[in-house]
Order: sequence, then structure tokens, then C-alpha cells
Amino acid sequence: MYSVNYHRASSVADAVKLLKKAEDGQVVSGGMTLIPAMKTRLAAPSDLVDLRHVDELRGIKVSGKTVTIGAATTHADVAASDKLAKVCPAICHLAAHIGDPHVRHMGTIGGSLANNDPAADYPAAMLALDATIVTNKREIAAAKFFKGLFETTLKDGEIVTAVVFTAPPKCGYAKFPNPASRYAMTGVFVAKGKDGVRAAVTGAGDDGVFRSKEIEAALAKKFDAAALEGVAVPSRDLMSDIHASAEYRANLVVVMAKRAVAAANA
Amino acid sequence: MGVEGIGARVARKEDKRFITGGGRYVDDMVVPGMKHAAFVRSPHAHADIKKIDVKAAKKMPGVIDVLVGKELKTDGIGNLICGWMVHSKDGSPMNMGAWSPLAVDRVRYVGDAVAIVVAETKGQARDAAEAVEVTYKEKKAVTDAVSALKKGAPQLHPEAPGNLIYDWEIGEAEATDKAIATAAHVTTMQIVNNRLVPNAMEPRAALGHYDKAEDHYTCWTTSQNPHVARLVMSAFYNVAPENKLRVIAPDVGGGFGSKIFIYPEEIVCLWASKRTGVPVKWVADRTESFLTDAHGRDHVTEVKLAFDANNKMTAMKVDTIANFGAYMSLFSSSVPTYLYATLLSGQYNIPAIHCNVRAVYTNTAPVDAYRGAGRPEATYVVERVVETAARELGISPPELRRKNFITEFPHQTPVIMNYDAGDYATSLDAAMKAADYAGFEKRRDKAKKAGKLRGIGMSCYIEACGIAPSAAVGSLGAGVGLWESAEVRVNGVGTIEVLTGSHSHGQGHETTFSQLVSDRFGVPLDSVSIVHGDTDKVQMGMGTYGSRSGAVGMSAIVKALDKVEAKAKKIAAHLMEADEGDIVIENGELKVAGTDKTVPWFQMALAAYTAHNLPEGMEPGLKEGAFYDPANFTFPAGCYICEVEVDPETGDTDIVQFVAADDFGNIINPMIVEGQVHGGIAQGVGQALLEGCHYDDTGQLITASYMDYCMPRADDLPSFQISTSNTPCPSNPLGIKGCGEAGAIGSPPAVINAITDAIGNNDLTMPATAQKVWSMLNAAKH
Amino acid sequence: MSDVSMSVNGREVSATVEGRTLLVHFLREHLGLTGTHVGCDTSQCGACVVHVDGKAVKSCSMLAAQAAGSRITTIEGLAEGNDLHPVQAAFREHHGLQCGFCTPGMIMAATDMIARHGPGNLDEATVRAELEGNICRCTGYHNIVKAILAASKTMAKGKGKAKKAA
Repeated sequence: MYSVNYHRASSVADAVKLLKKAEDGQVVSGGMTLIPAMKTRLAAPSDLVDLRHVDELRGIKVSGKTVTIGAATTHADVAASDKLAKVCPAICHLAAHIGDPHVRHMGTIGGSLANNDPAADYPAAMLALDATIVTNKREIAAAKFFKGLFETTLKDGEIVTAVVFTAPPKCGYAKFPNPASRYAMTGVFVAKGKDGVRAAVTGAGDDGVFRSKEIEAALAKKFDAAALEGVAVPSRDLMSDIHASAEYRANLVVVMAKRAVAAANA
Repeated sequence: MGVEGIGARVARKEDKRFITGGGRYVDDMVVPGMKHAAFVRSPHAHADIKKIDVKAAKKMPGVIDVLVGKELKTDGIGNLICGWMVHSKDGSPMNMGAWSPLAVDRVRYVGDAVAIVVAETKGQARDAAEAVEVTYKEKKAVTDAVSALKKGAPQLHPEAPGNLIYDWEIGEAEATDKAIATAAHVTTMQIVNNRLVPNAMEPRAALGHYDKAEDHYTCWTTSQNPHVARLVMSAFYNVAPENKLRVIAPDVGGGFGSKIFIYPEEIVCLWASKRTGVPVKWVADRTESFLTDAHGRDHVTEVKLAFDANNKMTAMKVDTIANFGAYMSLFSSSVPTYLYATLLSGQYNIPAIHCNVRAVYTNTAPVDAYRGAGRPEATYVVERVVETAARELGISPPELRRKNFITEFPHQTPVIMNYDAGDYATSLDAAMKAADYAGFEKRRDKAKKAGKLRGIGMSCYIEACGIAPSAAVGSLGAGVGLWESAEVRVNGVGTIEVLTGSHSHGQGHETTFSQLVSDRFGVPLDSVSIVHGDTDKVQMGMGTYGSRSGAVGMSAIVKALDKVEAKAKKIAAHLMEADEGDIVIENGELKVAGTDKTVPWFQMALAAYTAHNLPEGMEPGLKEGAFYDPANFTFPAGCYICEVEVDPETGDTDIVQFVAADDFGNIINPMIVEGQVHGGIAQGVGQALLEGCHYDDTGQLITASYMDYCMPRADDLPSFQISTSNTPCPSNPLGIKGCGEAGAIGSPPAVINAITDAIGNNDLTMPATAQKVWSMLNAAKH
Repeated sequence: MSDVSMSVNGREVSATVEGRTLLVHFLREHLGLTGTHVGCDTSQCGACVVHVDGKAVKSCSMLAAQAAGSRITTIEGLAEGNDLHPVQAAFREHHGLQCGFCTPGMIMAATDMIARHGPGNLDEATVRAELEGNICRCTGYHNIVKAILAASKTMAKGKGKAKKAA
């Protein structure tokens, strides 16, 4: 790791101030992606502004079907939230399968979204749930928030503070983990809401998280795993690496979608 | 058997420190004034070094010095060597290229060390290492051995034209070819044994300390054999004469072969300590370990197995190309020859065998022994081709094996080995019973109904452990003897220290070796201490690898105990005015048989040291040493059965049952033996299902961290069903065969035989990843 | 540089460290608590697991400064004097370790796992899934799983002191 100056923010406003002062500052929340990247010298911010102790960023609120999750809420807290499980168990299930127990104690939903790792789980959920990403400056629809690999529409000094979404009547998530890293090699989040079916795919797209037209079209007819029999997803825009070819990922998209739907209907 | 003696399931003595955080590994060592090292490593797989500019790096904060290969040469530090001479079939010696601890004019793999930076902190050393400017002229690289042999391939070493290190053979070519030509059936296969990275959880580390006042060096290092390290660093690398070099291998966090070898880093840290005047510590990070630890396996083989009309094996012909990486590591040459081809007879009576092996340089990390070393490769060839033959012949795989088992011992194979004892049918029967082999088809049908493909596969392995005798391995080219030493010191109060040349890095020697002593003298385990891993404390020894610590290391202890017992009885007889032939040792007392006369063990020991009343002419004290040189290899063998379910939608394989039935001869501590088998199986399953070291065409290591190299995790594995049978080894006093490598040797073919059975396609290569299996199933559909 | 203070195994400690100092290096190099190990660079092996404010965390993926003000328990702080924690005792009894390098992280992960699920509430599949973040190369996990299940049962019976189990 290169040298770095550490600052602990007491509030979002304080964090913004600290960032402004820094030469090349970056916010850190759980640090589960950022710290390892800094260790291998792939990331080299001059200053880190720690959001983990900002109370206003933590917590889960459920009001009717409207869910608000503070950006600094850990995966473990999302996984274990009873009130969340009542309205949207799929998001708890997803959180319970990010990384490992130790990572889930530190890693946060805001950190995961801001980082937009193409193999992270949360982006698929946010896209499928048509969530709103709330920052200290504005509200951004998930569809507009994610921009390719590790890119978002976040601007300098803009900090994710929460996500808000309406729990749909039915949703489910299934992933096939990369056998080595255990990140999603392909993960599919399906949601059946008032305005139709959305299916978002992570881990597979060569430009990051995306919605699958083919899966959505099939599930719009019938929200059932059987509806996906024989459905093919084109491999053209999918990632290919030593672990999985684009063709294999295309297959996994369909298989994981089937399993996600089965989970949603269970 | 006492509660703590031979055969007892004793909890480990060493565990107390490990479970409380009290283990002491190299990275835990702190020496006053100690500084930290980082190595500058080649980012290229193959390049000429045009210039190394260290000026900027030397000015970086905290930097003490930056040293390069030319300075190392100036100081007379030698090149690394391979310590086992193998001759090609034309009689010429192997073609060994030069391996400088710091590359001088050419780098040959990604990770090749070019310079060392010594700085106040590890972070500063790394910062400065990045500031060392090396100008390279890149050359074309070759990473796979088959391509490296082709005309026009990039050439690595002038000493090895065509990248060929040796072209070696064993067995009778003519008789083998003739038998194949006249066979009723011949099964032919192409077999790849995938390259693996050992991945001991403790990364390699070295702490070099030169004491100027004493003109003496100390090296703390992650070694399986500190004495061999000292010998080699002294005799070949000119670091220091043996009497001025102390090598300490404290607690070592796993080895699996990778810590046998002497690497550039320990040599360079010692040398740098003298150059800089400060103790120098280097600890690998995981990616450095991936890049520079000696890798394992990496064979490409063609095999033919011939049968007569009665399905009896008549001949086996094997042609193997072995990837050695960029340099010849310490014992690399022996792995695909004497540790591989000599085991190609497996458990079977095969009248004619011929094997040809070509060893090849490539632009990859050096390859050497990894758990099993040659024997897993041999077992994989034999057990895959036997299984395939059974399928081709339409015979049940266990029956084809049983029909060809060796049943009479000793048995001389056509490839050097003389099997001394074994009972292969017993292991096969035990495994089939434990696995409910007979009920498999029902389980397969049930799985099919649930949409899963179920398969079963087996492997009947044999291995050779406790490599020996020294004269024999010497005649085959070994640069060292393969005996072991022990010294048993009985203190004046009767407590006992055993100094052993074996080294424990997870094997539990502190417990099992103590059990031997407790068993012999009836003293509590707690009164016995095992001393190992320090060349200043322990007499010369050969270390731990090749499952040798039981069969060879403990045999040396037995010899020393014999001598101690003889002297103790003499003293006791003298004290009790009895005949020494009448003395027996029971429950910590020396007794005159058939009487109530006794001398407690501690009283006899005290008498030995007060020397007030010893037999006429007897030297005071009670301390005996022994060197044990085995008369033969030992031959553990067994049968493994694996049952899998494949998810046809994803290609994912689930191991639903794994059975191991091993014959390790006599066992000192069953709990520890079981642990060795569990760990070995996990590594074998890892090779079969998950692990594969992957270089791209330019020689970049793609699998250089746990993000891409798939280590077996708890949820990849089932609980194992294991059992043992016992045909004692006739060649050593304890009847022990060794158990450290069996799991890794026997399991890969069982797993692959099971998956190929499940999916009905025999062309599967390791690792059988979900993607690979799915692709085969998918191709079959279209 | 950062001034950090925290409670480690019940002792208040303070030091001035480089901003880039990881918690694991702070524990090992500044406090001499070398039981916590580093086995990888990518936060996968779990040899470095400690408890931060009662939760298992990878100390190689956290700066010392991030942990300032927290309550840390390491493998050295788990036993009560000479009385081993039930998980430590079970690892020994069931031969859940060989070389010992991954062991401290395994034991800290196991105590956290048992605390989260409640003693006695674990089964083999759960234990195996929960060990995703801890890699062992020696044992094949067989006896680690056995040890954790045994410790979980022991603790459910209220045997052995489960000090700072979480």
C-alpha cells in the first residue's frame, strides 16, 4: 500500500469538507474492496475519509412497502433484518451471500454500489428493483446510476447516503459464484412489480450490470421457471475469462434466472 | 499399548501454542536492528536485462541499500543447482542452465528476482522497489512444454539446446512394443496432469542475520529441511562454511514439498545482511508465492496399456513431457523420473513397461516436488487408463483391477521397484463395502429422477515412500543420502529430549515421536521433548518430505532408543545387582523380572549422571545417537472411491461420497494419520475439480491470487469415510509405511473416473470445472 | 501518521502509526500479538480474523486507524487464563489443526459463527458454508468442521466458559 492519510468523518457534511481538502481523496466505508485494492497498489488515494462512524448513514427503514437502507448499513445487518425479510426476503438472501461472514460484517451497501464491481451482487438487485440511489446532492434512478465497469454517475464530492425502493410482490436472486473468488460469475435478480418484470444480471456483462430483455420477455408471459425453458440469451456482450466463456455465462444467465424465479415463487 | 504409547489416539502436544496464538513462525521473529526487504521482480516472462538503475531507489525514504546480481557475483555467491543428476538415454548428463539468485543479464519467468531493496519498513522497501528502473529487451516466451520442444521455439538456456533438459527412459522398449503389437486389446490415452501451486498457508519467508563480530550467519527460514538448506548454501552457494551458518526452521505453516527447496530469497537475504550490516527480513505476499514458489505436476503423457485375450495386462508404454519451468529447482530432475516412472506398474502385474520422459525448460516458475511428487502423476496415468480399459472391455472396473492385482510378495516390477508387502484386494473390498458400491445403480437412478447425473469412480494407488537406501539413490544420481538421524538424551531427572533431523510443519512429530519414547520407557508424554529445526541444536539430518518422517525418522529414533535402553538396563542391573538380561522396563520402572526389585526410571538416570556407582568401565551419562539408512522404499497402497452428482444445467460437480481404504502398515497415532489422509484427499480433489495454474501466451501468470486460483474450501468437500488395513512394512523396525502423500496421490483419478462415469464422456481433463463439464454435456446435446 | 487508541484483549493501547498501517500489522508489529497471521493479499484466506466490537473481521483489510476506538479480541485473548475457550479445546481434541497457521483465524471465525447462530444450532452444511472466508491447506476441513460442531454442542450445554464468545 502507498502512503495514505486517514480521516474519520463525523457527518456527511464533514466528509464532504474533508474530501475537498484532500489532494486525491476517496471515501471508505467497509473498505472490503478498496483496502485490498490499495494493498495491491491498484488504488492509491492520497486521503481516505471514513464514513463507517457516521450514524445518519446507517439503518434500515421499512414503511409499508417502501424500503430505505442507509449507505453505511453492512451486508450482515441487511441479511439479518427481520423487518426487511418480511417485505423483501430476496434482498436479505442476497446480502447473506455476499463474500463471507467477516466481509459481511464490514462491507456496506453504499460502498458496493459506489464501487459498481461488475461481479458485485447489489447492483443487480438495485436495477431489478428500480431503486433510487440517494446521494448528498440528488436522487438517481438505478438505471442511470450504473455506468459500465467500476463506473457510476457519481461526481466528485458526491456521496451515496441511502437507497430507496418499493418492495415488489415477488422477487428472487440466484447466483453462480466464481469458484475461486466467490464473486458472482453470473447472478440474476428477478422482480415482478406492478409495472412488470425486471431481470438484472451481474457478473456476466462485459459492460457491467444489465437487464436481460430475453429473460424479461419470457417472464412477462408467465412468471415461472418453466417460462424460461428454451430461452436463449445472446453471448455477444458477455464476459469471457479463464473461469467462464461468454457462452457458458449465457447459459448461466438462463439457469440462474430460473432459480431466482423459483425462489421468488417459493 | 499404553494410553500414550504406540497406536494411541493422543491429542497433540504442539496444539497448545497453535490454538492460543503462541506459534512462532519466521514472520514472527524479530531481531534487534532488523530491516525489511522487497525484491524487484521481472514483469516479463523472457527478456534481456539491458540496464538496472538503482540511483532513484537508493534515495527513497528509509532505504538502506539496493543490491543487484552483479554485486552478488562479485562477492562469489554461486548459482542455484539441481541436486539430482539424471542422464539422458544416450548417456549424456542433464542440460542444466545457470540460475543466478539475482538475474544478471536475462530474466526467464515473471517473478525472476532482479534486485533486492533493504529499507526501514516493508512499505518503504516496496516503494523503493518500484523506483528501481530496469531496462528490458523483451523476447518471445514459451510456457507449455510441448510447444517449447518444437522447432523455432524461444530458447531459454544455451546449455539446453531445444529447451531439452534430458530425454530419459526406463524399462524394456523392445519387449514392451512387441507385447503391444501382439495384444488382444490396447487402450490408448492422452493424459494431462495439470500444473498446481502448492499454497502452504504460510507464505515463504527468510530472515538473514550476519554477526560481524562473530563472523557468523543465522538464517530463519520456512524450510522442511534446514540441514539440507545449510549444506547446499554452504557447499554450492558459497554463503558461508557450515560451521559459520546456522539455519533455523521454527514453526512452519505447511510445506507440501514447496519448502524443501533452497530459493534465491534466503541466499540473498543472508548475503544482503553482510552487505548492509543489518538483519534482513523478507516475507512473501501471496502473489509473490504464486509467482515464485516451485509449482507442481505439469505433465503431458501418452499411454498405451495392452491386454491379452483373458484381460490380463501384458505391457504398458508411456511417453511423458514434463514442464520444468525456467530453471531446474533442487530436486526437479528426480520427480518425473525416479519418483514417477518407477511407480507405473501400480498395483498390477505388468510384465513389460517402458517409459520415456523428456524434461523441458519453459518461461514459467520452476517446477519441483509437490505433495506426492511424481507418484500422483503416475497414479493418474495408471488409474485413468485402467478405468478406461475396463469401460472399453466392458468389464466392471473393480474386477479388471482385481484380476490384475499383484498378490505375491516380494514382487519385482519392470521399473526398479521391489514391492515388499501389500494386500490390495483387502483395501478394494473395504472401500467397495464402505461405499456401498453394489447399491450404486439404485442411487444413480434416484439422482436421475432429481435431474442429476450421478457417477462413481475408483482408484487403486500405490506409492513409494521413505526414499532409500542412500547407496541406491546415490547410484541413481541423488546428490544426498536419504537416511535420518536421531539423538536421545536422558536427563539426570529422567526427562528425555529427542533431537531429530526430521522437521514438523503440521505432521505432529512432537506428539508421535514422544509416543515412541513413552511406549518404550513408560514415561509420561509430558516428560519427553522433541527438538528439531535448528542446525545448531540438532545433528545433521535430512528433513521431512516424501512421507519419510515415520518410516525413516522414527526408525532412527528407535535405533537410538535401543541403545539408550541397553545402557539403562546395564545401569539398573548394576544398581540391583542383577543380570542385565533379566531387566524389564515397565511403567517408568526398571524391574528384575520375576522379583519385586525395581529402580525408578529417574533414579537410574540420576545414577548415570552422578556416576558414583556405575558398572566398571562405563562412561557416565545417558545419551545415544543413531543414523538410520533404510533397506528399501516403503509401499503404502489403498483404494479410493468417489461418488459425484453433476448438475447438468451448470456442470457443477458435487462430491457426495468419498471413501478411502489405506494400508499404511503400523500406525503410531491414528488421529494424526487420519488428518494426513483428509488433507491429502482435499489437495487431490482440489487438483481434480478446482485448481489449475494458468499462464497466458506471453507468460503472465493469470492465476496469481486467490481471486483466480481456486483453493478448495470447506463447502467444496464432504466429510470423508476413511479406514485402514495393515500389512506391516518388513524393512523398518516399526513396520511403518508412511501416510503423508497417499490422499493426494490416490484421489484425483477417483474423482475424474467418477465424473466421466456420470457424464458419459471420457475426454475430461483436470481441473473438471463446472464450465468444462457443462461444455462437454452441451456439445453432446448438439 | 495517525494516533490510534483501542482496547485489545481488554487492555487499552495507544500508538502513532502510519496511515497505511493495517490492523493486522498493528497487532503483530506494534503489540507483538503474532498469533494473527497474514496468508493472502486479497482478503480471502481468513488467517487474520479477529473480533472488532464483537464481530469477526479480516484484520488485513482494515486500517488500524479504522479500528481506533474499538474493542478488539485476538486469538491471544480468547482463553480465560489457563482455561481454553471451548472452541480452542475442541480444535485440539478433534485434531482440527495441523501446521497451525490458519488456526487462529479459524478459531476466531468459529467463535463468531457459534455466537451468531446460537450454541447448538449448527449443522455440518451450515458450518461448511460459514467457513467460506477461511482457507486451510492441511486438514481438508474434515476435523475443523467436527471441532466446531462439537464446540457448539459443548457450549449449548453450558460447559466451558464462553468468555467474549462473540
